[in-house]
Amino acid sequence: MKTEEKRDLPRGGVIDRGGSAAEYSTGGWRKLRPLLDKDKCTNCLICWVMCPDSAIITEDGKMVGFDLEHCKGCGICAVECPDKVKAITMEEEAE
Amino acid sequence: MMAISTATKKQAGLTGNSAVAYAMKQINPDVCPAYPITPSTGVVEEFSSYVADGAVETEFITVESEHSAMSACIGASAAGARVMTATSSQGLALMWEMLYIASGMRLPIILTNVNRALSAPINIHCDHSDSMGARDSGWIQLYSETVQEAYDNLFQAVRIAEDKDVLLPAMVCLDGFITSHAIENLTLLEDSEVQEFIGEYRAEHTLLDTDNPITYGAMTLQDSYMIFKHQQSEAMARAKDVVKRVGKEFGEKFGRGYGLFEEYMLDDAEEAVVVLNSAAGTTKVAVDELRKAGRKVGLLKPRLFRPFPFREIAGAMKGVKAIAVLDRADSMSGFGGPLFTETRSALYELEARPKVVSRIFGLGGRDFKVKDAVEVFDELQKIKKTGKVETLTKYITL
Repeated sequence: MKTEEKRDLPRGGVIDRGGSAAEYSTGGWRKLRPLLDKDKCTNCLICWVMCPDSAIITEDGKMVGFDLEHCKGCGICAVECPDKVKAITMEEEAE
Repeated sequence: MMAISTATKKQAGLTGNSAVAYAMKQINPDVCPAYPITPSTGVVEEFSSYVADGAVETEFITVESEHSAMSACIGASAAGARVMTATSSQGLALMWEMLYIASGMRLPIILTNVNRALSAPINIHCDHSDSMGARDSGWIQLYSETVQEAYDNLFQAVRIAEDKDVLLPAMVCLDGFITSHAIENLTLLEDSEVQEFIGEYRAEHTLLDTDNPITYGAMTLQDSYMIFKHQQSEAMARAKDVVKRVGKEFGEKFGRGYGLFEEYMLDDAEEAVVVLNSAAGTTKVAVDELRKAGRKVGLLKPRLFRPFPFREIAGAMKGVKAIAVLDRADSMSGFGGPLFTETRSALYELEARPKVVSRIFGLGGRDFKVKDAVEVFDELQKIKKTGKVETLTKYITL
């Protein structure tokens, strides 16, 4: 960081605008990666409701995939996906 | 408030607690979260009466602990409010975690600390262990010898804390019972004078402005944490000049000027005592008595302890041969009290360094009398004559 930039950092660590969390990539924290089986998915969007990182991508009201820049791999979507559907599975990133 | 005389408009006989509560009424802060504790209970009790009577517009928040009181102060201050509270001893100790958050977030909260000893053993009387325990918490600290000084310091604390070059929380300290519960004659300001002096507080950020959302308390890592601490440190160093400027302006407006410390008969003094708060008054009597006997003795009473005006103190002590720094708190370091180590360190820069000793006195409200101060000066005289210090640190008034 340059000296001028350091001086300009807002006093007291205040973040003086909204929505800046999107600029912070948390995808690197992930150990487990969510995988979607589109054939099974009913687009109920329970995963979209439950995801704590807003990492479920939708188009025209349909579940289309994951924002892997922000998904931390917590697996909540896979758990919340209804038992009769189970369209989301978690897989080790290493694989 | 009892004992306010209306016949002579501006003169009143008030306890320290009543005077602080009255000052808070005149300041009329937006929010006051508080959890009363001896000996500062009177401040909160009387101020809550002003709230109940509609004499102030303050939102008074009753909380379940001092940790919560300071947390509520932080939340309200981050929302853009002018915030005040009061506490003592264990209460300040319980606030400890939140004190650092208030200063780190650069929130100009004002706290009155009525100095009281810390447990164990439990004791409700005066010493400075509480505020000295918070000396590294990033709060500005002003100390008050008298009820008048406590009253005047509160208004100045608002101006100092809210100054754009500072923006740090400030603590006004006065001695438990000795000052908080003793009635003294003091001169009050008019409400309009107070309001004109402190002005309106306009926070740079407010959590309540939903059109401009902000975040307080975000995580900072290796790339930025140290930068914020550096900013905070520089603001604390700048506070010294603001304290001087505000104290001078207060003097010009109301006839009672304030500096970083008070010098009493120090100009030609060869032996001097350094002591905070009410014990300075006792020491002044001893200085007067010894001066009558031709002794060149003096006193330096720090008013501003945080930031510590090391250069100015060294300048004022130039020429003094023997100094006793009296602490009403022990750092439990085996090396005297906190005021001693800092004063002695400040004096290291002098070319002709004086002998400096630490004397711990008055813990848990133990009396400090004129004869005790005289004994200290007698010991200093011996040190000056022999050039030797027999005991560097010790307890007196035991």
